[in-house]
Amino acid sequence: MEAAMGLMRRMPPRHSETTLSALLSLLPGHASDLLSQVDLPLQVLSDVDSGKKFILCEYNRDADSYRSPWSNKYHPPLDDAPYPSSKLRQMEIEANDIFTVYCEQYYEGGISSVYMWEDDNEGLVACFLVKKDGSKTGQGRRGYLEEGTWDAIHVIEVGPEEEITRYCLTSTVMLSLTTDDVSSGTFSLSGSIRRQMNMNLPVADGHLSNMGKMIEEMEAKLRNSLDQVYFGKTREMVCNLRPPNEVVQMRLPTS
Amino acid sequence: MAEQETELSDKQKKEIAKWFLLNAPAGEIQYVAKDLKSVLNDDDVYDEAASEAFPVYNKSHMICLEMPGRFGDVLVTSYGELRDNEYLDPKTAQVAIVDHVKQVCTKVRPATDEELPSPYIEEYRCSLEAEMLKYVGEAYPKGSCSVYCVNGKDAEGPGSDFELVVVISASRLSPQNFCNGSWRSIWNIEFVDDVQVLELKGKLQVGAHYFEEGNVQLDAKHECRDSTIFQSPDDSAIAIASVIRHHETEYLASLEASYLNLPDTTFKDLRRKLPVTRTLFPWHSTSQFSLTREIAKELGIGK
Repeated sequence: MEAAMGLMRRMPPRHSETTLSALLSLLPGHASDLLSQVDLPLQVLSDVDSGKKFILCEYNRDADSYRSPWSNKYHPPLDDAPYPSSKLRQMEIEANDIFTVYCEQYYEGGISSVYMWEDDNEGLVACFLVKKDGSKTGQGRRGYLEEGTWDAIHVIEVGPEEEITRYCLTSTVMLSLTTDDVSSGTFSLSGSIRRQMNMNLPVADGHLSNMGKMIEEMEAKLRNSLDQVYFGKTREMVCNLRPPNEVVQMRLPTS
Repeated sequence: MAEQETELSDKQKKEIAKWFLLNAPAGEIQYVAKDLKSVLNDDDVYDEAASEAFPVYNKSHMICLEMPGRFGDVLVTSYGELRDNEYLDPKTAQVAIVDHVKQVCTKVRPATDEELPSPYIEEYRCSLEAEMLKYVGEAYPKGSCSVYCVNGKDAEGPGSDFELVVVISASRLSPQNFCNGSWRSIWNIEFVDDVQVLELKGKLQVGAHYFEEGNVQLDAKHECRDSTIFQSPDDSAIAIASVIRHHETEYLASLEASYLNLPDTTFKDLRRKLPVTRTLFPWHSTSQFSLTREIAKELGIGK
């Protein structure tokens, strides 16, 4: 498994689906480990009632069907499928509405979905997902990107309700962007990172508010990290490969 | 879930193994090979895949190998390939015998006359190589360069067209810092005799991989063209080197510009740093933003 994860870290992020499917066919016995540890770009379906899009993941799947957070129906229809309790469903509906507004603010569009379910320890688990297509043919407002996708998966485990409740967030962001123009050719960055954050927060502030703030803080950190650290390191590498002229000219006298 | 998938055939396993090897980032194929062997758990299939994939990878990445016997380095490229594992180093007129899978040069032999260009061509090739080595030495801290004749190498004198290729390969490998990168330039130069013009076509490719607790890769490519006049070997060499230097410097500047634009423009099309309001999302009062917030207002802060 360690070798498999090593391969995941070296293969180009934009080929993560091919990488995972190759690993699954070579290691069929490790399928459940691989599927739980590797994140793939998110897929989407349209709700049968409203036509609204929703995101597919392990957390709204049963057999080969997926439950829509809008109509609460499984697509394709399924008998004997699990549903959240009606109380939890209320919270889920509200979470979806609020998260949609959050996404409009940060993502200027994008598709979002939230799924909740009770876990075995009297707590609950919530999964917040966002998918944004920022390409100029998609929802990229400024038209810079030939191709651009941001997929975020946030899974929060909420401990049993006490005055101060424990929230454990695991977030993964996968992104890829490509710009292409005549004068500078094709420039393509892609990557994925995963982080965790645990907080103990007063339950009186409300689960949604607590979870929302954690997600917002985490997304800001991840975006920053991708930009400054990750992209920054690749930029540093380019400058190490071929330093800009100013640096070169300073060195000439010594040669 | 579906029951037992049908067992993969050896051929299928080999193709998958090759895919992994070919997609390894610059400088990482040996690490990928190690993990792959472990996952594949079938040395015969691995060996077959490796024997097919490594040569392709090595040539595409234009790896630089040390030649035994103080001849310096040789670049493994399709332009210098004489046989499956024999690569010409035009600078020293030696042929390197290479073990692709181990990525080492095992032996060296002198090139035969048939393998080398004619004296007429060699004058041009050699002058250009000298200029290019100067340029690469200045511009690339760890770069290697070779100039090959890929067309018309037997031309005896003026009146014939011929084509030279300049190959520049630079890599910075820092696996302990989880960061590797490579720069590859391939410049095709056509010497067109009747119009006394040199047509240059450049293909530049830069890659970088940073993988500390994550996996981020840069893949950038650019193509350009230019031309200059057909002159004596020395003057042509200077003119060509100057064109190449100009285009590569410009390309580096445009890469820098792409990076500078990232945080505020390109990245913004994916996710803004902050909403238009320039404040964090008001998790307590979403009613500000929507048309029908009955539910939110009624339930208060969202329990």
